Amino acid sequence: MSDDTNENTAADEPRGEGARPARVVGTPSPAAGHRVLAAQEDDLRPAPGAADDYAAPAGAGAELDEKAARRAERIVSAFFLLTFLASVGFIVYFIGWSGRDGGMHGVVRTRESNFWLGGLMALAFLAMAAGVTIWVRRLMTSAPIIQERHELRTAEADREGFGAAFMEGARDSGITKHKMMRRTLLLAAAPLGLAPLFLLRDLGPLPEKRLRTTFWGEAVAKAQKEGKKGVRLVVDGTNAPLKVSDFASPGGMITVLPEGIEEDLPEGDVLTQTAKAVTILINVPADEFKPAKGRENWHVNGIVAYSKICTHVGCPAALYEQTTHHILCPCHQSTFDATDAAKVVFGPAARPLPQLPLGVEDGYLVATSDFHEPIGPSFWERG
Amino acid sequence: MTLTVPTTDTTRTGISVKRFTAWRRRPWAGYAVVLAALAAIGAIYAGFSPQTDRAEAADTTRAAADLNNGRQLFNDNCASCHGLNAEGTKDAKGKPIAPSLIGVGAASVDFQVATGRMPAMNPGAQMPRKEPIPAFNTEIKTDYKEPEKREEAEKQKAEAEKNLADLRNYITSLGGGPEVPSAAAVDPEGGDVALGGKLFRTNCAQCHNFTGQGGALTGGKYAPELSKSDVTPTQIYEAMLTGPQAMPVFNDTTLTPKDKQAIIAYLVKTREEPNPGGNGLGRIGPVSEGLAGWLIGIGLLVLASMWITAKKPKKLKKS
Amino acid sequence: MSDTTAPKAVEGGLNFLDDRLGSTTFLKRNLKKVFPDHWSFMLGEIALYCFIILLLTGTFLTLWFKPSMTEVIYDGSYTKLDGVKMSEAYASTLHITFDVRGGLLMRQIHHWAAVLFMASILAHMLRVFFTGAYRKPRELNWLIGIGMFTLGMLEGLFGYSLPDDLLSGTGLRITQGVAEAIPLVGTYIYMFLFGGEFPGEDIVPRLFTLHILLIPALILGLVTAHMMIMWHQKHTAMPVRNQTEEQVYGYPFYPVFMAKTGAYFLFTFGVLALLGAFAQINPIWLFGPYDPGAISAGSQPDWYMGVLEGALRLMPNWEITAWGHTLSLNVLIPALIPLGIIFGGAAAWPFIEQWVTGDKRLHHVNDRPRNAPVRTGVGMAAVTFYGLLWLAGANDVLADKFHVSLYATTWFFRFAIFIGPVLAYILTKRICLGLQRSDRATIEHGVESGVILMSPDGAYSERHEPARAEERHVILSKENPRPERPAVDANGIPAPSTKGPVGHLRSRLNRAWIADDVPIEDVGHDGHGHGNGNGHAAIEAGEDHREISKH
Repeated sequence: MSDDTNENTAADEPRGEGARPARVVGTPSPAAGHRVLAAQEDDLRPAPGAADDYAAPAGAGAELDEKAARRAERIVSAFFLLTFLASVGFIVYFIGWSGRDGGMHGVVRTRESNFWLGGLMALAFLAMAAGVTIWVRRLMTSAPIIQERHELRTAEADREGFGAAFMEGARDSGITKHKMMRRTLLLAAAPLGLAPLFLLRDLGPLPEKRLRTTFWGEAVAKAQKEGKKGVRLVVDGTNAPLKVSDFASPGGMITVLPEGIEEDLPEGDVLTQTAKAVTILINVPADEFKPAKGRENWHVNGIVAYSKICTHVGCPAALYEQTTHHILCPCHQSTFDATDAAKVVFGPAARPLPQLPLGVEDGYLVATSDFHEPIGPSFWERG
Repeated sequence: MTLTVPTTDTTRTGISVKRFTAWRRRPWAGYAVVLAALAAIGAIYAGFSPQTDRAEAADTTRAAADLNNGRQLFNDNCASCHGLNAEGTKDAKGKPIAPSLIGVGAASVDFQVATGRMPAMNPGAQMPRKEPIPAFNTEIKTDYKEPEKREEAEKQKAEAEKNLADLRNYITSLGGGPEVPSAAAVDPEGGDVALGGKLFRTNCAQCHNFTGQGGALTGGKYAPELSKSDVTPTQIYEAMLTGPQAMPVFNDTTLTPKDKQAIIAYLVKTREEPNPGGNGLGRIGPVSEGLAGWLIGIGLLVLASMWITAKKPKKLKKS
Repeated sequence: MSDTTAPKAVEGGLNFLDDRLGSTTFLKRNLKKVFPDHWSFMLGEIALYCFIILLLTGTFLTLWFKPSMTEVIYDGSYTKLDGVKMSEAYASTLHITFDVRGGLLMRQIHHWAAVLFMASILAHMLRVFFTGAYRKPRELNWLIGIGMFTLGMLEGLFGYSLPDDLLSGTGLRITQGVAEAIPLVGTYIYMFLFGGEFPGEDIVPRLFTLHILLIPALILGLVTAHMMIMWHQKHTAMPVRNQTEEQVYGYPFYPVFMAKTGAYFLFTFGVLALLGAFAQINPIWLFGPYDPGAISAGSQPDWYMGVLEGALRLMPNWEITAWGHTLSLNVLIPALIPLGIIFGGAAAWPFIEQWVTGDKRLHHVNDRPRNAPVRTGVGMAAVTFYGLLWLAGANDVLADKFHVSLYATTWFFRFAIFIGPVLAYILTKRICLGLQRSDRATIEHGVESGVILMSPDGAYSERHEPARAEERHVILSKENPRPERPAVDANGIPAPSTKGPVGHLRSRLNRAWIADDVPIEDVGHDGHGHGNGNGHAAIEAGEDHREISKH
């Protein structure tokens, strides 16, 4: 095997300037290698003590102390046996226990199963890892070796040779000579490369006016066609319509949706429409409420409705402090003032939360129109 | 009621404990203790059970006395901030120091006082939950082994319960307001957990986090933890009903008692639910997970890499 | 077994391959390939092994996961969600968690592996940066690494979006909001990504394909390239004895490195299994199904997206509306600038450094961080910048846990991300230079021996001894700045590289690069005899001085 290393060196022979005589040295058979190193390659051996700087396997080319080696072997084997036991335990637990009473179902059984399967798996891997590590550190006798770092750069002559071959090929192919062919090829390639991109067109619809309306508009229009004033607000989660008297406590807050959003829409559209229509209803004490200009009749005695979708990047701005009347978005902490048309008082959001015009009909709170501006995050065409 | 059973039990367990002084070991001592405890409990029970058969007339007198006690307690503990007539006070600039308590109702009093938030010690950004002052401490520890200590504690507890009830009644007498919910109304077993989960995530999780671990509000305020068992179902109900401090109000016509019970059921079930995946890491989401990944995951692997590449054990080499 | 021939089973297989591929030459050449040893060289291996584990556990999860957003009514063994409407994706994740044996374990190992994958890439990149291991000829691998980190971020984002729970839906909602803010084409990208309006029914299946097919394939390709380049160029080495630019010193691939790296693979899997068994991650059953009207306090992304989250939180609300168009600087700047600075800066850094120092040589031996104070300072500034943004992404948790005002944390971070990196740069550079000085002292005066000497006139001094050879070698690995090329040659003609404004900039940066550097020369001094340098130089050891040994 010493011979092998020498050949190895030959194969690795560095090129170019600065090449040294081949001296990749392996020292496979401990005794012989040790002597060779000591005798001939003294400069390559780490100076006494220097080897301590490296994570050397125990022997480092030397013979092992037999007693210590036997002990190390026993330790390593103990770890391997531990892995064996843990893996067998894993299988036994899986077959024997985890499936009892009709299989693993529910939180408690999952916890048990996760504990045993995971714990045994971790034990198996860690014990084997420890075993191998001790094996390397205490029983392997490979000596450190030195290997040349060969020049990465190709020799100048080869580079030139390549350049010549490349140009020759280009000449032979005629691409340099036949101008028209070359140009039409480029011309042909451009649309051909673009064509597949068009296949992506049907990934989704064009935005059009989608982002400007919500289901409130649709629902209000439908209600008004039936001669009503607007669409009722229902509590998100219970779908109960709200009377003004129901929501009379100052400091109250609740999430509302337009009545009919779950019933009137096809199954697949409910979430998508909810994501735009979701609104918070807040009862601001009437004496602290400052209706914005032009919105004097959008509230009912301080009961006011704002889009729940933050104008920053669209998280639900749902955190309402009844003492400060601040609406806070828990994602990025944009803060809006509920008493003052939801103007921004802090955080990264740039626009107030859109307000939903409210009215009363038969004692119920109703929305009398859609939001007057697009809800949610800003976009280029928003204006 | 079977109040006597636990008493006997505890006392008997108590006798088996080694550290007891000698006289308690005597054969008669156990019976004496049981008798004394029974007598004490009986007296307290008789005194405060609403079902006792006492004359209506006596009730009226008592009620007046109780209301008086309530007013006295209010004057001693609350009036300095809330004003002698509970009308609230303002500082020189007209900024409110303490709100009016007229119309806040029994539920609000019960919540604020039983959680120790009121009487407030020093007005900060937010009144923290703390141990209630002794006069109102209904959660006082009573499971002492020594009978006299136990008796004392139970007496204190009963007194605190009465004080709290009197204070509630006094505030209610000033202007009505939401009542304390009944035990049945807050029983987690009766709630629809799935509905509760939905309502909790829509209306509560934004402040209190998805498992009720609490969260930050503005200006140093915070939504308190709901995940500890000392937050009782009654207190959760009362908090929704009355909207203490920065919390919005969810009155019974917006979230019906059934909805509230569902939310309570969800919260209680969630906090009682074990973490199937091991340690819950505080159940606060990716922040603690990232920390654990770096500190434990990368930490352990760095240690492993150091072991693998560490200096060799010298003594193993044959010298 | 004979000492020189492989056993038949091995030889037979090798010969079979060799007859057809001629592979034995390659194998033999590489069997004893030398791998230098250092604990920090294993950080990258964590990433490699996490990736393998991600592929294995991920495949397991796909066997049950249904990437569909069709609404179903849950009727499974997690009773708290009984009768709740949810997407099939969420329901099937619950099924994996509570009904497939080992399903939760695989989910948790998968998620922990993702967390550690990204963490170890970052740690590995920091190691590479601070030791200058990215220098020529390894710029390509550096760029590949940045590519993998970026792909890893996307892969992670898409992965944690798949279960369609409340937290992941919130992440997608933010992704959508950011996409929408892109000028000109934002709404189109949004519509094309989601197949219509948010959340629609397409996004989970689409992300699933990207998550399990396209991005892993790209990462796998890059991992392969990364490994092959590393193998071909040979690993860098720490500046210790026997490691030079011409040779590499260490243990042979077979058997030592193979066993070490095998052990490390087992360690990685073991630690992940440990975390998977005992530390709960991403408890989607607690988050609940996605509901666009719901949100939880402390909604954070996984750690590697925390920088973006922090940047979004800190940004003031700048938005420009003009001529019927809206430009959301409050979203665009945080989404692009911080990561742009970090990734763009990291990618350009090797070339910038080369241009400033004019050093076009190959480097195989790593620098000690102290010996390149500017690089180390810039690195620490970047770490500070990244770390502050990262913390800012958790400012609500910080405010809650440490009882500080929420806005105060925002304001603190708004200033700190500008001041912090500058301070970190100055401080780090000073520390580096201080360490250089202490290195020079070690070379010139030796190390303290703990032996106190009393001179005849009663003064005490400590005897210094020469540093150990290895220590001297490490210290002397420092390359002192070469004398600056004169800006103007003997004939008054400016050197070509210093001409024009760019040339001026370059030479100024070059001066900054080496400013204050402490040259360390091997004085050939054996180091002993020097006291504290003020008059005790002549004291020699032993003889008639009293020695007090310090223990």
